[in-house]
Order: sequence, then structure tokens, then C-alpha cells
Amino acid sequence: MVGYLLKRIGLMLLTLFIVISLTFFLMKLIPGSPFSAAAKLNETQRAIMAAKYGLDQPVPVQYLKYMTNVLQGDLGVSFQFSNTPVTELIAKRIGPSATLGLQAMIFGTIFGIILGVIAALRQNTWMDYGSTLVAVLGKSIPSFVFAAMLQYFIAVRLGWFPVAFWRGYEYSILPTIALAIFPISIAARFMRTEMIEVLSSDYIVLARAKGASSFEVAFKHALRNALIPVVTVLGPLAVSLITGSLVVERVFAIPGLGEQFVTSINVLDYPVIMGTTILFAALFIFVVLIVDILYSIIDPRIRLSGGEN
Amino acid sequence: MKKYSLLLAIMLVVSVFMSACYGGDSAEEQNENNEGNESGETASDVPQELRVMETSAIPAMDTILASDTISFTTMNNVFEGLYRLSADQEPVPALAEGEPEVNEEGTVYTFKIKEDAVWSNGDPVTANDFVYAWQRALNPDSGSSYGPYLMEGKIKGASEVYNDGAAPETLGAVAVDDKTLEVTLEKPVSYFVSLMAFPTFFPQNQAFVEEQGENYASNAATLVYNGPFVLDNWDGSTDGEWTYAKNTDYWDAENVALEKVTFNEVKDPQTAVNAYEAGEADITSKLSSALVPQYEDDPNMVSWLEPTVFWIKMNQTNEALQNINIRRALALSINKQALTDNILNNGSIPANYAVPKEFVTNPDTGEDFREANGDMLEYDLEAAKEAWAKGLEELGTDTVELRYLGGDTESAKLTDEFIADQLQQNLEGLTIKLESVPFSVRLDRDEALDYDLQFAGWGPDYLDPISFSDLWITDGGNNHMAFSSEKYDQLLKDAESTYANEPGKRFETLQEAERVLLEEEAAIIPVYQRQANILVNEKVKDFTYHFVGPEYSYFPVSIGE
Repeated sequence: MVGYLLKRIGLMLLTLFIVISLTFFLMKLIPGSPFSAAAKLNETQRAIMAAKYGLDQPVPVQYLKYMTNVLQGDLGVSFQFSNTPVTELIAKRIGPSATLGLQAMIFGTIFGIILGVIAALRQNTWMDYGSTLVAVLGKSIPSFVFAAMLQYFIAVRLGWFPVAFWRGYEYSILPTIALAIFPISIAARFMRTEMIEVLSSDYIVLARAKGASSFEVAFKHALRNALIPVVTVLGPLAVSLITGSLVVERVFAIPGLGEQFVTSINVLDYPVIMGTTILFAALFIFVVLIVDILYSIIDPRIRLSGGEN
Repeated sequence: MKKYSLLLAIMLVVSVFMSACYGGDSAEEQNENNEGNESGETASDVPQELRVMETSAIPAMDTILASDTISFTTMNNVFEGLYRLSADQEPVPALAEGEPEVNEEGTVYTFKIKEDAVWSNGDPVTANDFVYAWQRALNPDSGSSYGPYLMEGKIKGASEVYNDGAAPETLGAVAVDDKTLEVTLEKPVSYFVSLMAFPTFFPQNQAFVEEQGENYASNAATLVYNGPFVLDNWDGSTDGEWTYAKNTDYWDAENVALEKVTFNEVKDPQTAVNAYEAGEADITSKLSSALVPQYEDDPNMVSWLEPTVFWIKMNQTNEALQNINIRRALALSINKQALTDNILNNGSIPANYAVPKEFVTNPDTGEDFREANGDMLEYDLEAAKEAWAKGLEELGTDTVELRYLGGDTESAKLTDEFIADQLQQNLEGLTIKLESVPFSVRLDRDEALDYDLQFAGWGPDYLDPISFSDLWITDGGNNHMAFSSEKYDQLLKDAESTYANEPGKRFETLQEAERVLLEEEAAIIPVYQRQANILVNEKVKDFTYHFVGPEYSYFPVSIGE
């Protein structure tokens, strides 16, 4: 197990290195100037600005310098936000995004799994169709439509929740629901399919024969095995939820990371693009590892072992 | 059942943890205030609090680093320079005690600074605070862009300090004594006092800035203020919510009504309108076109014509575009009225000019710049076709293909498609290849002259027609279309030197220059002048906007019933 983990961590670092390098060079291929006032500056002024930020160096030199800094934990300073350190920028913005993402993930997964299990147990009844309908709608309605509808009907018309901003718990409820609809539909669909398959397997028939109640069969015996595919898809989904959704953050005016990342690409704020990419990639790689470890906990038949194939 | 209670326990723990991570310390306060608002008080004790929405967080609070309107607006309200813009768009003395003394040549300005002007840490505002800030803006290590942009060629020695490493003390800004600032100019600049209202020229408290070092201006606590308000709550340039509190040390504090102003970053215009409609905010950010028609008859919609003009640049390195008849034909063939009525539909008006309407007036007669110069290059299909035929004949061809460089936002694409369609339909043999690119890419290609036609715009930074006129001088920093006219250059030179101290004459010379640019040369195709529309709650009195630099002033504002 330890050997396996060490090997995995080595591979993770290698992956991260490749991601950082590729992003760096691809980013430098985007044409354009990172200085917002560039239109007003003359050539000399622009050259002086470029020199200040080391952008006059050849790209490979910039790359080496950047990598050296990253290894020392220095992600540089933002161009668009007057020299604010990138780490500080991300640290402050990830709070709202992560809070919403975690809430949506927890609410979405639990609700989705329950929906899926009910659909599987009551196959071909109105409950099954109802849950399928929710899942299909959740997956097919674009999130900007869903978020805007929630905002308009629940907040503007009914006034049950605040329309926008980020000042406390009640401000997080609508954006959480808007974000959760996707994990709900994913979890429900996968759960239903898996559950139906698992429910027809021999050990379930045995459990039933031994007189276990259908509730006990579903949640004690079947759920565990049916969870594996769900965990596989939900892991990476969790990362994308935690790192912020452009759409939901825009609609509810949440000062999160999703919006900021997209803006940083548009204005070519190189250090912010890189810093955010590193964070996303690291989180993603880490979650994949966690998912693998979870497999062995959920299903003891899967054993983690290092390289004796 | 065991599994359930475990799940429940986890959920409880998580929700407790999460309710701790909202930035919500102001939430309860906010609610109390809202209740206060609803309980029908008399006008005199209506809480003087305002809630405003902005389209972005504040990128910078170091005056020399800022280059965007939200930073400039904030600085305009929490700091103060020698001058301010009034509600009538006039520069009026602020920190300056009355008008400055100016020498006969108009090149040396001597400002007296108000005796009772202090920083929020108790230090007096001195002449050295200006000298320090300006020298800092011209230090290449500071990374200021507006410093060199606004100072070079105007303040004596600015170019040498920024480009050639001359000693900062050689800059033509000297503290004669604590309260006297003497500024020497390269040449007379007739709009110089209006520049003094621009945040790049604001003072900075040297002792405080140096004490804070790297941390200066990184949040509300690492700033010192001298304006009508202080930043009460601002956690740095990523903060999506910030507040002003009234500055009780401000020299004119008795005329500032508002006690508190809360700002929120709202990127989506529809969200801004929803929050306004639900009573969660009093002032929206600028409405997008699509939202304007539904508020057309609403008395709470405040609209004004911005001095921002959009036009199509024609790159004269392209052979066809070197031909004046081709350029004129293109310029005459766009139905601008149809564009502003049907596509933009936000009150923007067709522009048949390069210097905007309701922007500057003749200093002698008080006449608007547009009065004497009227419309040029108006839509005229007949004339367009005629010029086109003539141009094609001169070129010896019957087809022309032009690349059209435009923006990549939804509204930019609509506008560009409309224009491309007009051009192709009205001019036989013309093919337009539309290229939609992000703003920064467009700037790059502009500089490299890598386009044929380009949709672009310009908003001025100071109240003078020259902010538009000097765009088009030969090899000018923003020309980037290979336009060169000796006559135009000469007129600009006359305006800047010969008539530098004759404002009326100078103004007329710049009007003549515009006639050359459009009527004689058809160098650009003016398209429209933009209108701004925002929603302002009727309780808000004396809402104040500006044309250049900072967008809004909140110190004249009060809350009525």
C-alpha cells in the first residue's frame, strides 16, 4: 500500500509538471498584450512595462524563471489586479466557490443517490419516471437558464431568498441548488442503472431468501456495490464544482474563482492563468487518487497494490 | 439505521463548518438597516446609506497604478486632487485654494493647497505629497502606465525621467513650501487644470507609503485617505463587496450627506436589474442594450450621452484603402440610423463626426464643438455608389476583398455583422471577411497593422478635443492605420503651439482638423456615439456622473424619502 502510494504520488508530480509546462507554452501562444492600458501607451512605454514584468525575455527563459519560482512557492503577481500576489488572489476567491461547491456536492450526491435508489426499487412506477424526469431535466437544461429561472421566480417574484451577493448562509441557498442539479442528475442516473443490475445478482437473491427487508437489502447490501461507478464520476465533478462555476457565480454575483479564471484568460493575466491552472490540476489529480482509495474501501475486492503485475 | 445517523452527523458537522466560512460579518447589520428603511421615517432621519453595483472589483487603489474606471471612481471619492469634476463636468478647485497663478506663457502653474486639508492619519496634505506621487508615477520600476501616458510631453522633464533615467528631482513639479506647488510644463496645456482632477495626479503621503512598503494599497487598512469618504471595508483587489464611510476629517465634511456606501461586484447586467427590482440595491451598473427598451419610460432610468465614439479604422497599407474614393464610398454606405435604432437600441446616436457631441464647447462662444462643424460623412447611398464606381475604375478592378476586424462579444458581433452586411449589399463587388477576436488580440493586430477594416472606439481621459484629435497625427501612438496628412499634422501643430494661448482660435483649428480628417481624407468611418443608461432609485438625490476619468461622485448624493 505504501509503495503503491509513493509511486502514485511520483506520477502525480510528473503529471502536474507536464500540465504546468504545456499550459505555459500554450498560453504564450495566445496573441495580445496583458496590459489593460496598452491601447493608450506608445511603443517605448509598452517596452518599459514589458521589461518590468520580464515579458521582454525569450519564452524559454521566462519558463525557466517561472518554474524556479513555482518550486519556491512563488506564483508571481497579477497584472490586472495591481501586483496582488496570485496566491493571495486565489486564497481569497476560493472561499465562496469551495463553499458552494461542497454544499452542492453533498446535497447533490445524497439527494441524487436517494432518487436513484428509489427509482431502482420502484422500477417502472411513477416514482421511477419522476426521478428519471428530474435527472433528464437536470442534465439537459443549461445551467445559465436554470440559475436565471431560480433567481427570477424564487428570489425576485417570491422573495424567499436574496437575489444576489455573498453575505451569509441564506445567500448561498439558491446558487447551491443551481449547482447541485447537475450532480443530482448524474448520481441519480448512475445509481438507478447500477442498482437495477446489482439487485438482480445472486447475493441479493440470497439476502432476500434469508428474509432481509427490501429496505435492508437496498441500503445494506446493494448500495455499496452500486456506488463504485457513481464515485468514479463524482470525484472529478467535485473538483469542477469546488473550483467555481462561471455561470452560477455570474448570475448570483458571487465573488468566486470561476469568474476570475475566465476573466484572467481574456485579459491575458499570465500569472493568474498559471496559478489557477496549477490549483485546478493539483486538485484534480489529488481527487483521482482519493477516488482510487475509496474504491478499496467501498469494495474490498479491489486491492491497491504497487507494480507487481 | 446506523448509517443514517452517521450521515446526519456528517451533514451537521459540515453545515456548521460551512456557515462559518461566509464573509458575512456585515450580513446582520445589513438586515437591520433594511428593516430601518421600511419603517416609514421622516425625511430628515432617513438613513443616509446607498447601495451601488459595479461591474468589477477594484483592481487598484494605488493612484499611480490604476488604469480603469472603477479604480478611478473609488479614488475620486476617497482621495482628492487639486481639482474635482463638478456635476456640470467642469473642473473646480478642490485641494487647491482657488485658481492657480499661471505665468504669461501658460507654462508655469503655481497652486496653493488648502490649509485645512489633512490625511485621515492626521498629517497635513503638503505640496511634497504631489511631487512624491508624480515622481513615483514616472519611475519605471513602479509599473505605472497612466503616469507616463498623461505626463510625458506635458510636464517638463517627464519623458527624461521615465525614458532616460534622469533624476526624479528634474521633474517640473516642485514644492516651493509646504502648501505651494509649482508645476512647469513642456508647452502650454490649456486643459491642464482638468488633468488635476484625474487620479493619476493625486497626492500620496510619502511617509505612509514608505512605511507600508509592498503592502501599500493592498487593503483598506494600508491606505490613508484625504477625500470625502474613507474605504471602511475593503479586503484587497479581489473583494467583491466594499464600503465607504464618511470621512469626518475631510475639510468639507459638513457638505457630505452619505454616511455609508456599499458596493457589490455584479458581472451580469440582468442580475443587477433583478437585485435593483428586489430592492437589494439602489443603483445598477450600466444596463446592457437588451435591458434598455423595457425601462424606456421609467423615470428612474438615468441616461446620458457619453463622449465615447465608435468608428471603423481603414488601414491605408491596403492598396484599395489608399484610394480616397474607395474610403469615401465605404464611409457613406452604412445606414447608421438603422444600426442605432434596431441593433443597439439603447439611445446611442449615429456619429457623423470624430469628436463627440455634448463633450466640449468653444471657450469663446460657449458653442458645442458640433455646432460649427455639423455632420460629415453622412449615410448617402447614391454618393457612395458613385464614389465606389470611380474608385474601382481608378484601381482597375471590379472586386475588392477586405478583412474586417471586430470584437468577440455578443453585441460586438451583432454590430459587426450588420455593418458588414450593409457594406456588401450597398457596394457591388465588395467582399467582407469578418474576423471576431478578443480585445487584447485586436490591440496587437492594430499595432501590427494586421487588418484592413477595424471596428474600434475611443473614450477620452480629459476634457479637451485634442484627446481625440491627436489620435490621427502621422505616426501617432494610436494612429496604427498608416494615415498621414501634412495638412492635418500642421493644423494640430498650430493648435498646440501657435494658438496655445488663444483658446478660441485653438478650438477652431481643431474643428478645421476634423474637417480635413473626415471630409477631405475620409480617413475613418464614424459609426455611433454611445449612450449610458442606469437605474437609480428615486430616493437617491443629486446622483452625479462624469464624462472623463472617474465615472461617479458620491459626495453630493443624499437619500430622500
